[in-house]
Amino acid sequence: MRERIKYLLLIVSVTLIFWSLYKIAYVLPLQANVAAYQIVYLHVPSFFACFTGFFLGLIASGMYLATGKFKYDSFAAGVNEVALMFATAGLCSGVIWARYAWGIWWTWDARLTSMLLCWLVYVGYLMVRRSVEEPTHRAQLSAVLSILGCVNVAFVYKSIEWYRTQHPAPVLSIRNGGGMGPGMEAPIYWNWLALVCLGVVIAMVRMQQGEMSREIDALRRQAHSY
Amino acid sequence: MYLRQVLTIAAKDLRAELRTREAVNASLAFMLMILVLFSFAFDPGNSDVSIPAIAGGLLWIAYSFAAALALNRSFARELQNDCLDALLAAPLPASALFFGKALANFALLLAMEIVSLGAFSLLYNVKILAQIWSLLLVIALGTWAMTVMGTMFSALTVNLRLRELMLPIMMYPFLVVPLTAAITLTSDLLNGTPLGGNNILWMKVLLGFDVIFTSLAVLLVDTVLVG
Repeated sequence: MRERIKYLLLIVSVTLIFWSLYKIAYVLPLQANVAAYQIVYLHVPSFFACFTGFFLGLIASGMYLATGKFKYDSFAAGVNEVALMFATAGLCSGVIWARYAWGIWWTWDARLTSMLLCWLVYVGYLMVRRSVEEPTHRAQLSAVLSILGCVNVAFVYKSIEWYRTQHPAPVLSIRNGGGMGPGMEAPIYWNWLALVCLGVVIAMVRMQQGEMSREIDALRRQAHSY
Repeated sequence: MYLRQVLTIAAKDLRAELRTREAVNASLAFMLMILVLFSFAFDPGNSDVSIPAIAGGLLWIAYSFAAALALNRSFARELQNDCLDALLAAPLPASALFFGKALANFALLLAMEIVSLGAFSLLYNVKILAQIWSLLLVIALGTWAMTVMGTMFSALTVNLRLRELMLPIMMYPFLVVPLTAAITLTSDLLNGTPLGGNNILWMKVLLGFDVIFTSLAVLLVDTVLVG
């Protein structure tokens, strides 16, 4: 059953991605006034997918703390890993776009700063997971970190916006350049769905790997105990 | 009862610290060193450089570096002779242990910060006395934020490999919000702007962070320490 869901989601996501690539390349109207604007069709959805992932990770971590079942821990780890991957993809595509559109790779705009911090929080999460051997201990620490991290991301998001907007007008603002052309929003949402499906597939694979490695560890311990 | 447990732990930590002066000496020297190093990052004698405008940033960077150094020791100190196991086996809830340690750390950090605030004012010719009570309030709130997160992460990383490295890497992304608020408020106060009006927002952010993360820490510290 789980295998079937996995393949179904994979097919859905691949179909959606190819369909939207086709639309982006041939159907959607050109936006001559914005450089390399097509990147937005993957840039924005990867951030949507990344926050979906962090949110799912928060829920799974809470479930782990409530029930103590390892499958929730594996799922939280997988989903946070995938979300971090989407965050990286979003940041990289943003940096490339900024070089074209603004002429600089990076600026300390509110959104960029908070996204970078969010990225750092979850890099710390993965580092902690790697440095704890004992599965129960690792699951508990990472569940706690996932919860703290999610709350912190919400805090960072709001407060940096206040911090930057209190300063004299920022040099560059994504918001002022907003306002999507007609027909531009739908592909973004479809790509979001595609990336979430893809992310869930990868998270499920990672979850199975986690379960398997725990099984192997248990067998090994059993073998040593004889 | 709970309060007495908290105070016992805090008194124990403070006594141990005052006898060895491990963390205090190192952190205080480190704090002063950073303040001296800042004078090479820019030219304090140059009249183009407005020291009060950047004073908040300078102070809080020195504070947060020294805090990471001092807080690292908070739980790591208990590893010798398996003291941590004894503390966890003692008949007191994990949150009392956490609060006791946080209280001791808070007192130590605050004392060191006040000393280096004086040194800062002396070295960089910044007037601090005009709004000293507001300034102390901001420092206390900011330090409590650093203490809560630092003590929590100290407990979290105590059994990890590369403990000394993991604590700062994980702690600083969490400290960005309170540090931003404290830096803004400190710079405002040193510039002669009183609390109120625009910067009351930052006071709220600082207070909100303190309240929310203190309650989260109390809820979660049991999982981290006892499991």
